[in-house]
Parts: sequence; C-alpha cells; structure tokens
Amino acid sequence: MTAKPKFAMYWAASCGGCEIAVLNTNEKILDVDANFDVVFWPVAMDAKYKDVEAMEDGSILLTLFNGGIRNEENEHIAKLLRKKSKILVAFGSCANEGCIPGLANLIDSREIVHTAFNTITTDNPHEIYPMTSYDVPEGEIHIPKLLPVLKTLDQVVDVDYYMPGCPPESQQIAAVIDLVVQVVQGKAELPPKGSVIGAGNSTVCDECKRTRNVKTIKAFNRIWGIAPDPTLCLLEQGIPCNGPATRSGCRARCPKAGAQCIGCYGPADGVVDYGARLISAFASVIDAKEPQEIDHILDGLVDPTGQFYRFNLAGSLLKAAVPAWKAESTHEKEKA
Amino acid sequence: MTDPFEPTIIGFTCNWCSYRAADLAGTARIKYPPNVRLIRLMCSGRLDPTFVFKALASGADGVMITGCHPGECHYIEQNYKALRRFQLMRRTLQGFGIEPARIRLVWASAAEGAKFASEVTSFIEEVRALGPLHWGKNDSVPTLTEAVIQQEEVPA
Repeated sequence: MTAKPKFAMYWAASCGGCEIAVLNTNEKILDVDANFDVVFWPVAMDAKYKDVEAMEDGSILLTLFNGGIRNEENEHIAKLLRKKSKILVAFGSCANEGCIPGLANLIDSREIVHTAFNTITTDNPHEIYPMTSYDVPEGEIHIPKLLPVLKTLDQVVDVDYYMPGCPPESQQIAAVIDLVVQVVQGKAELPPKGSVIGAGNSTVCDECKRTRNVKTIKAFNRIWGIAPDPTLCLLEQGIPCNGPATRSGCRARCPKAGAQCIGCYGPADGVVDYGARLISAFASVIDAKEPQEIDHILDGLVDPTGQFYRFNLAGSLLKAAVPAWKAESTHEKEKA
Repeated sequence: MTDPFEPTIIGFTCNWCSYRAADLAGTARIKYPPNVRLIRLMCSGRLDPTFVFKALASGADGVMITGCHPGECHYIEQNYKALRRFQLMRRTLQGFGIEPARIRLVWASAAEGAKFASEVTSFIEEVRALGPLHWGKNDSVPTLTEAVIQQEEVPA
C-alpha cells in the first residue's frame, strides 16, 4: 500500500472557529481521513513541534494555516510549516488579513498585556505580569514574546493559496476538500499559485437578493434602531453594510437574515484597500453637499476605522496605527 | 540637528480647474516650495481613497486634494463626492493615529494660481510643523518599505 499524502492544520492567533468550520463539513471530514494521513493538528490530536521539525522538508502535502502571526511562536511555526509543506493555504480571515486579532494593531501591544492582566476585571493586586524568560533550577524557561504588530501569514512566509472567511463557509471547505482529493487522485489540477480558493471573485452585493435602486441617504442607522425593509438594499436604508467591497462566497447570509455585511470574506477581486473602497462607496451615497451637513451624517458612523477595517486591518495598506508602529520600532532597536 | 525635515506631499489636481491653477501659478512665476508632487486626475471625483492611503503608506507626509469650486465641477457634481470622501477619510485616518491636518482639501479655479500657491505653501508649513509621518522617511522609525523588505528577506 502506498502511503497516504500528509495533511496538517495549525492555529496561530485565532479563535478556533476555523477548526469548527472544518468539523461542520460533517461526513466530509471522513474524506480527509480516508485520503490523508493527518500528521499535525494541535486542536484535534496530540503532536509535538519537534515531531514536525523531524519531518523531511516538503513532506506534508497540504497545510491549512489559520490565525495571524501574533507572537514569536506563531512566526516560528509558520516558517517551520512553510518548510515542511508543499502546499500552504492561508485558511480563514486571520491568516489572510489579520481579522479581529489584527485590530490590536491600532494600539501598542503592551496595552494588550496591561488590559489582560491589570484592569478592573482582573484580580491582580500585586501587578504580576508574565515574564518571557525565567530562571528555574533546571535552566531558563521561555514563553513566546508578543510581536508589536500582528502580521498576516503572507507577510511572514510565501503562501500558495488564500481561503478567506471568518470562518470559511463549511460548504466552501467541503468543495475545496473535494478538489484536493481529486487532485490527489489525479482527476483534477490545482488552480494557479496565489489563487483565492473557496470563495467567489465578485462582491457580496452580487449575491444579495435585495432590491437596489439609486442610493441616497440622509442618515446612517444602526441595525437595532430601525425596522429594516426586508427586501430593500440595507445600505439604501442607511445601514452601514460592507457588501460593496466584500468578496462573495457566503451566499450573502447576513443581508439575507436582515443584518448588514460586516466584511468577513475580506476584499473582493480588484480591491487594493478594503477600507478605502468602502469609504468611496459610503461617501458616494450620502445625500449632502454642505460640509457641516456631511459631518452631521458621518457622526452616525460611530467608529469608521472599526467599520472599515474590522477584518482587514493587518492586511490593509497602512497595516497598523501609529502606536503599534512606534512599538515595532522599539522592538527592532532591541533586536539590533 | 542634522538635515531639517522636508515634508513630502502628494497633491492630486483635477484637469479642469486646480491643475490649471497650478499651471497659472507657474506661468505667473509665483514661487512655492517644491515639496509637493502633483498628480493630475480628470476630476477630484476620480480620487479613490486608495490613492491617499497608498501615498501615506509609501512615505508621503501629507496629501493635498484639489478640485473645482462647489457648483463648478466639469462633471456637474463629482467634487461633492470628493468632499464627502475627504471628510470620511479624515475620520478614518484619525483611528490610525494620523492627524487630520495631514490631508487637506482645496478648491481652486483655473484663475486662482495665487491661491493655489499660497495653499500649497501653508499646507507644507503645517505638515512640517506636524513632523514626519511614521510610515514615512523618519530615521528614528523604520519606514514601512524597510519593514516589508525585512519580511521579504526572511528565508521561507
């Protein structure tokens, strides 16, 4: 019997939702087991990093990598898995564009530690903070250092395919598993390197069934503030819907259910900067010509940076805000 | 002090008014500092916010957006669109810690060469006072480009 090709899945800075989405493919997961030898998948099985280090370079056929690069451990494993894998897939929004963990790029990373260990919800009267290295009788022990700026997977290593979504839709994962199994069996060919897989190329608006007219809005509304018309475009009703810039692939689930698109599938084809595209789209529909009136309408968008970069901050053109870059600069100096 | 800080400004002009204002400033021999690099668009409404973000991420210290006066747009009302984008961009950039004063919107008709020159001059002084942007050319802070190069040099 010839050995089955090897499969790995890893989580870096992520929430675990991607793994759940994989399991949500139901019996499809058995195809993975039938066609692959699962060699490394920390959430599902026991394995040690040194087992991976001992593998031959390029010996893992397929690695699904989810999560952003938040600390030195993430970075180390990303580089390790790159070396050991033939096909490395940035799986899910975090690995693609930073996602929610990437929002920490708006602040100095020391503030994250402070919030976690010394705010009102934490009982830490002696202000004890984790130390990244500590001397014990057996020697020095380490925990990974936080990086000042969260990076996307392709900002650290070469990535073969991108599979967006927070998390990727299960039917999309199932389709990708099908494709990979067919490739393994020699019945199909891989898409060109660098392709986005398991998603559409167009926008969520393209998949959305709501009626669209010429949009002109006089105010932004929050979803709980009005009873939205169930058939009319949400943006037309003043609800800040991120559909115009977001990649299709989810079958417009949120707008269908009456909630605005929040952009979890990331930028659509041809969108260089997700937030910039949305600024363009939102500003175009505002029906006002006087600066004061425009400002008044824009006050309705409570947190524009969060609205436009909720999932995409680490993957955007600016990548991080001033406090995070300043921390990065201190970090670089310490390294040098 | 080593070299004094010279801000790099990217200026977007519209074909019909503000570019001609810049032209007029030139033919009239009005002097203004050379820190601004002008890019001509057909209309201020063509200004995709991506251009501004890219400019700032690639080392510009400030971005100046110029167009026809309200009501005088060659394409009827696209300059209002530019105005709204400008106002929303400033709010968004604030979330990144970028001072709103680093982007300025100026209306200048084809006859306002002097106004164009004085706006450029005052904008450059304002940005100079703010200092270099951290995405830009600042010796004390690695520029984005350097950060990217460092990442690329890491063996995969």
